[in-house]
Amino acid sequence: MAWRVATLVDTVRETPTARTLVFEVRGWPGHLAGQHVDVRLTAEDGYRAQRSYSLAGPADGDRVALTVQEVPDGEVSPYLTSGLSLGDPVELRGPVGGWFVWRPTEEAPVLLAAGGSGIVPLMAMLRARRAAGSRVPFRLIYSVRGPDDRYYLGELTRPEAGVDVSYVYTRAAPEEWPGPPHRIGVADVHTGGWPAEFTPNCFVCGPTGFVETVADILVALGHDAHRIKTERFGPTGGPVAPFAARPRETRGG
Amino acid sequence: MDWSSEPVTDGNALAGPLAEIFAVDMTTALARCANCGLTGPVAALRVYGQAPGDAPGMVARCPGCTSVVLRVTRSPGAAWLDLRGATSLRVGLPD
Repeated sequence: MAWRVATLVDTVRETPTARTLVFEVRGWPGHLAGQHVDVRLTAEDGYRAQRSYSLAGPADGDRVALTVQEVPDGEVSPYLTSGLSLGDPVELRGPVGGWFVWRPTEEAPVLLAAGGSGIVPLMAMLRARRAAGSRVPFRLIYSVRGPDDRYYLGELTRPEAGVDVSYVYTRAAPEEWPGPPHRIGVADVHTGGWPAEFTPNCFVCGPTGFVETVADILVALGHDAHRIKTERFGPTGGPVAPFAARPRETRGG
Repeated sequence: MDWSSEPVTDGNALAGPLAEIFAVDMTTALARCANCGLTGPVAALRVYGQAPGDAPGMVARCPGCTSVVLRVTRSPGAAWLDLRGATSLRVGLPD
């Protein structure tokens, strides 16, 4: 799997600390919703750091979109969210991962459960549904710390027909919100999800604690464990970097 | 450093390293745990960080019994794959 040069061609500020980066990658082979890529940065002295990020949208020619959450003191994410300018290159390889994916040919209803930046691969599935003109009903339960932490606000505030979106606020809820902030629980999954009898395909993505809580709830509600796919995120908004170079020094960029 | 107490991620994160070695995606392969016999996709294994030391690597454990199923280590110029914890790997292939 070869490294390719990816050139930044567009950015979208999602939250004060998260940015969507759209790269042009010549010869990109295409990908499935839910797959991820490795991004590699090389410093002038040859020092390299590598991270994995989920793709935020379906295949779109040579264009590839990632949403990156800035990790304070991170080696790579602050550079991607703040340092990288239009026209700048990074190295990228992929796509990888064939398990946590949704294909538009699938016909079962879909439940998406996102914790924080775990929304990214699930958003790719929602966008793939739209791009394919699929009528498969989707429900999204999106757990965030507070209203300011929501990604893709415009798209998720006005979802297309057949897509329902519900939120769970863990630390600060909007003023008009009924009830206090809380971590996701049985009632949230029961209300925002599908009855087990509908045999939905469930995709759960977020921090380990969130993923295991939601997966346990789904099983307790009678969902078939084989229909529950999970992806645990590291702090950077992508699956934890395999083989990332170990930090040798503190880097600002 | 108590790197083994908290799962950092899961087998989805092995997709990149294993794609360097195998021609097909290995996260969908079914791995059978040599200790307890639980069989499931590589993607569902619990992956525990980079092993400490100079050679960054990943340890994948069985979600049922927490035994080590596989290890992947990448050093300059080579990858090491330790599969002694897996009785078998079933890899789906087209006919």
